Amino acid sequence: MAIIGASETSSVGHLPNYSMLQLHAEAARLALDDAGLTFDDVDGLATAGATPAQLTEYFNIMPHWIDGTSVGGGSFLMHVSHAVAAIQAGHCNVALITHGESGRSRVGINNSHSGPSTIAGQFELPYGVWGPPSMFSIPIVRHMHEYGTTEEQLASVAVATRQWANLNPRAMMRDLISVDDVLKSRLIAWPLHLLNCCLVTDGGGALVLVGEEIAHEFAKEPVWVLGRGETTSHMNISMMEDMSSWTAAKQTGNDAFAIAEVTHNDIQHAMLYDAFTHVPIYALEGLGFVNPGEGGPYFAEGHTAPGGNFPVNTNGGGLSYTHTGMYGMFAIQESVTQLRGEAEQRQVDDLEISLVHAPAGMFSGTATLILGNK
Amino acid sequence: MTYTKPIPKATPETQEFWAGLRRHELRIQYCNECLRYYFYPRPFCPFQGCRSENITWKTVSGFAKLYSYVISHRGFGGFEEDIPYVIAIVELNEGPRMMTNIINIDPDPQNLIPDMLLEIVFDDITEEITLPKFQPMNQ
Ligand SMILES: [Zn+2]
Repeated sequence: MAIIGASETSSVGHLPNYSMLQLHAEAARLALDDAGLTFDDVDGLATAGATPAQLTEYFNIMPHWIDGTSVGGGSFLMHVSHAVAAIQAGHCNVALITHGESGRSRVGINNSHSGPSTIAGQFELPYGVWGPPSMFSIPIVRHMHEYGTTEEQLASVAVATRQWANLNPRAMMRDLISVDDVLKSRLIAWPLHLLNCCLVTDGGGALVLVGEEIAHEFAKEPVWVLGRGETTSHMNISMMEDMSSWTAAKQTGNDAFAIAEVTHNDIQHAMLYDAFTHVPIYALEGLGFVNPGEGGPYFAEGHTAPGGNFPVNTNGGGLSYTHTGMYGMFAIQESVTQLRGEAEQRQVDDLEISLVHAPAGMFSGTATLILGNK
Repeated sequence: MTYTKPIPKATPETQEFWAGLRRHELRIQYCNECLRYYFYPRPFCPFQGCRSENITWKTVSGFAKLYSYVISHRGFGGFEEDIPYVIAIVELNEGPRMMTNIINIDPDPQNLIPDMLLEIVFDDITEEITLPKFQPMNQ
């Protein structure tokens, strides 16, 4: 199965003139244009944040397959995986996956709120957690304690990612920064400073998938879905079993590698969802690219930065490019852009296989995709 | 003074936890099959390979170790006045972990060493609800 259409909204960042649904629609239209298709060709739809019902109404379509899996930033990786299965099973022929989020401007957004009798309402909210920076961050101290990971190493993730953003004209934050800049930025939830945290932006993206038989009939060369893995293991951060490792990443990575029949050495480029600087460190270790505890030093040594041996988050990531809330769609978009050879100054040479990894919620699970252009 | 922070609301399976705290007892569930404690409350043992419904409520020691934490420098919904404050995961001596606040301590990483010993403090926030909070041992 292949991705034959892909696009983000015409711009990302601060878009107060777009509602959430408009962002979905613009991304969908551009991705369909990219493939030479229209909404009338779509017979499968997957989305997160918004519901499939909201979007079928807005687009005025009645597809034969829908998927509303909505478990956070990695949902769109799961949609790709589910669309592959649906196309294989003959449930649909042209699957459209959309993301749109008015994360910064909050125009026409759906309400998400945990009531006082939910598990979070009883066992987390009373202690003053107030959003991802105060929850996704709780495991870090355990990683520091077990492995000696330092605040400087965490900061180096932001530094390396900003170097990529510097090469991407669409990125919101492009000025180069130092470890010191990160450590001197204001404290949000120690050990996180402002520059350890992702942006909050508006934007969208969409993908179009079809079966192998027709994948070569479109404007651009297909990007193949070689492997996939997905899971969730909990919802609330206090229920994360081992806070020094990301066991869910290990599982979905293993599943994806097994299906794709490739090894770590075959992966030339990776998009490791970076809501905060520690998240790619946990992912790199969980996926098995380095041993437990080696993730911090790996980023600090510059391996993932421009000129390094393992380019990671080449669009500038959620830290510096854009982060609407559920950033996973943008991670896939960058892999597709790189595999198509369209990444301009930040293009990874001779790229054939890329890995995309994103969390479901805050360490609550993960999804992995392995994509290729051969 | 009215309490403006989020107030938990019990559900059928968590009633005994909140009722116990009101009496200043930390009550969690214990599996009579695999002989382990667990949290949060559920009508069955959640451990893999067990899942028994043969469970009982027990009052536990209230002693714990610090597992992980953040020091929040931002706060909303009543927490503004507490900045900076410690949101922590503690591991009870009986095994399970829970989220809580570490109180009666200067919120500085130097004072908050993973695995340090803690004891429960019962914080009566309303007529009905008491929150389990923790402080360093022997305060
Ligand atoms: Zn049991």
